[in-house]
Amino acid sequence: MIEARAVTKVFDGTRALNEVDFRATPGTVTALFGENGAGKSTLMKILAGIETPTAGRVELDGEPVAFASPRHAADSGIAIIHQELSLCPNLSVVDNLFLGRELTGRGGGIDAKGQRERARAVLARLEEDIDPDVLVGELRLGQQQVVEIARALLQEARVLIMDEPTSALSAPEIEVLFRRIRELTAEGVAVVYISHHLDEALEIADEVAVLRDGNLVATAHARDVGLGWIVRQMVGRDQDELFPDHAPRTGEELLGVRDLMVVDPGDPERLAVAGVSLTVGAGELVGVFGLMGSGRTELLEAIAGRIPVGHGTVHLRGEPVDGLRIRERISRGLVLVPEDRQYDGLVPTMSVGQNLTLASVRSYVRRLWLSERAERGAVTRAIADVTVKTPGPNASITALSGGNQQKVVIGKALLTAPRVLLLDEPSRGVDVGAKADVFALMAGQAEHGLGVLFTTSEAEEALRVPDRLLVLARGRLVGEFRRGEITREELMRVADENGRTR
Amino acid sequence: MSSTTSSAPPVPPADRPGAARAGRWKVLNLVLELRAFIALAVLIVVFGMLSDAFLTVPNLVTMTKHVAINAVLALGMLLVILKGGIDLSVGSIIGLAGVIAGELLGGMPLALFGVVAYPPVWAVVVLCLAVGAAVGAVNGTLVTRFRVAPFIATLGMLYVIRGLALLISDGSTYPNLGGSPDLGNTGFDFLGSGRPLGLPTAIWIMVMIAIAITVMLRKAPIGRWLYATGGNERAAELSGVPVARVKVWAYVISGACAAMAGLIMASELTSAAPQAGESYELNAIAAVVIGGAALSGGRGTVRGTLVGAFVIGFLADGLVILGVSTFWQILIKGAVIILAVVLDQSQQRFQRRRAAVSAVAAGTR
Repeated sequence: MIEARAVTKVFDGTRALNEVDFRATPGTVTALFGENGAGKSTLMKILAGIETPTAGRVELDGEPVAFASPRHAADSGIAIIHQELSLCPNLSVVDNLFLGRELTGRGGGIDAKGQRERARAVLARLEEDIDPDVLVGELRLGQQQVVEIARALLQEARVLIMDEPTSALSAPEIEVLFRRIRELTAEGVAVVYISHHLDEALEIADEVAVLRDGNLVATAHARDVGLGWIVRQMVGRDQDELFPDHAPRTGEELLGVRDLMVVDPGDPERLAVAGVSLTVGAGELVGVFGLMGSGRTELLEAIAGRIPVGHGTVHLRGEPVDGLRIRERISRGLVLVPEDRQYDGLVPTMSVGQNLTLASVRSYVRRLWLSERAERGAVTRAIADVTVKTPGPNASITALSGGNQQKVVIGKALLTAPRVLLLDEPSRGVDVGAKADVFALMAGQAEHGLGVLFTTSEAEEALRVPDRLLVLARGRLVGEFRRGEITREELMRVADENGRTR
Repeated sequence: MSSTTSSAPPVPPADRPGAARAGRWKVLNLVLELRAFIALAVLIVVFGMLSDAFLTVPNLVTMTKHVAINAVLALGMLLVILKGGIDLSVGSIIGLAGVIAGELLGGMPLALFGVVAYPPVWAVVVLCLAVGAAVGAVNGTLVTRFRVAPFIATLGMLYVIRGLALLISDGSTYPNLGGSPDLGNTGFDFLGSGRPLGLPTAIWIMVMIAIAITVMLRKAPIGRWLYATGGNERAAELSGVPVARVKVWAYVISGACAAMAGLIMASELTSAAPQAGESYELNAIAAVVIGGAALSGGRGTVRGTLVGAFVIGFLADGLVILGVSTFWQILIKGAVIILAVVLDQSQQRFQRRRAAVSAVAAGTR
């Protein structure tokens, strides 16, 4: 049994964890819930010896342990599947599976045959048809995640921590994973399970623990509680308050996309977007629901001018914008809030204020030079408008929580005074409270007459947020619904049926 | 969670547990932050004690003049490093600029008219700067349009430009760039030996370039764009920053700065050798790094770069004055560069840790 006792961890001046007591018992699955930034990943990293607690201790079978390194923790029987894939794309599947713990044969060389056999066996157990000799970089994301899981299984750990193991998995792959988890707990392994998909985590869990703002606020037996309870514990309020009230009100057409085709940037022989037509009117909040690989990101990036369009046209307020660069589209009022804010949204070396004004910096030039006053005014307004919680405009952007960073990225887009706002998965990696703010912000912009087009892979959001919902599967629109027209089950069926055969 | 609307009343520092410790940290952090300045001060004091000749006004002026050439190079280099690149071609541009100045001052045969033109000095200077800028434009185009890694592109140009300088000069030095009054092209030595308002021209040039680049980085959109491009190029691109143009400009300015340095050198000696400036690119990079810039881009200042150039220059000249052997000088320079980066890393780690501990203290209060 592994146990955290009064563990406190501080990063960049914020308490990620505050005297948390947490335990994982052999033979059970403990699901750990919490908003983003609640401290789930930090707690798991401490258990796995990747981070050391600022205060408090970790006990293994009642004995205090201080892991010197992740390796030390692994040798003590603790395996972790990371939220971010931690594989080397330039190495083969086998090499990744045994990285750092290679099987050696006579003379100290790598036992390639033995490794390959064991790799085949573990991949077969996960019912995944992956060639162990193929490079990890050539696998699709879901398969990479399976490799990551296989690596943890190979360690035959006593404690297995799974931090968002299913984010890129398909429904059948998740089923297989759950069967394996059941087998492991039957063998007496303690499993800690973290997922943003609350229903999925609740399904596999025996025990439930909820973190909020770094505090452990509740524990329960999984059979005694429901989704509503979990969300209330996570947020401290009801889920219904998450979604904005927005009366559909459609004005003139602002964005018109006709028969758009986009070649998959990762695989030139495949179309990521295969003929999509859509419109967004002034004051309209349009959602695109699509699972991973549906082409939602490519659709928005092509509209924003980031990736080339293979065929079709994009009109903004009746004018074609085809062939224009990103910055020209921005100046005409078309701006994208990207999906991955760390990778595409933020400049980590700059302050909150500088990040906010990055896209609109030219508009603060008075005569020849940047006017500090004009810029400061814009920053102050933006911080208030998008409700960023920050120690000040000069604070480092990295000191903010995920939700506040996302608000900064949105604020940056809004400062360009757009007519059409594109948001790719705006709620990804954002805690529940900030999610509500983000949706309210989107609805508010629509009220002001903007056209808002966003993507989501969360069914609940897709059903509740947009005025009009488009369902994207394999690069094609397979359904269009007004709010309230379909149920969750119907939506999943439409998206799944058309998305299955890849 | 920190917030702009904190309602906690301010606690007087003395009442806080660990206030003394926090005070010590503040001092330590300040020392780390100002380490380049402190290193410079230490150098001046130590050399001043070891040698009577060091801390004299004429010597300080002479040393600063030496520093100026490297500082001018380093200021251009700073822009390239800020945007996340590197410019290895600047040393060769020094050579090329000198050679072109030599060629032009020696007379430009215009075959078409059958005469030899002797352009005035100002035209020579402008032309040389333009050549440096053009080399930078080539660097920038290779990096942006042809997607060659900056290290490789400018390494290639290091050889190409040096080769060009040797070809034009046929490998020989241009002696006597003084010009002649009959031809109306005298005055080239002003850059290297002139002393307007009592200070060498080179120092004035350094100061002016430093001011111009400071203003550019702080007050012009392109300054912000340089930092953003170096900090996260994808985010900059998506924010509508003209990333390619920003990069090309960084190389263009770096090239022009290098040409300026080349002119100063040629003017000082009133002669230009095609081999001039060999390995100077490394001194410039060292100055930028000692000044606290990140080679990964997005972080660095003009002030730091200047101090870095002074540390390198004063160290070199001080060791010469003390009669330390050249071999030791080289070794010591290397050690200083490594030490600078080690300190930079430990400062960043230190700041993170300090933030963590003070937050714990705040929480248990």
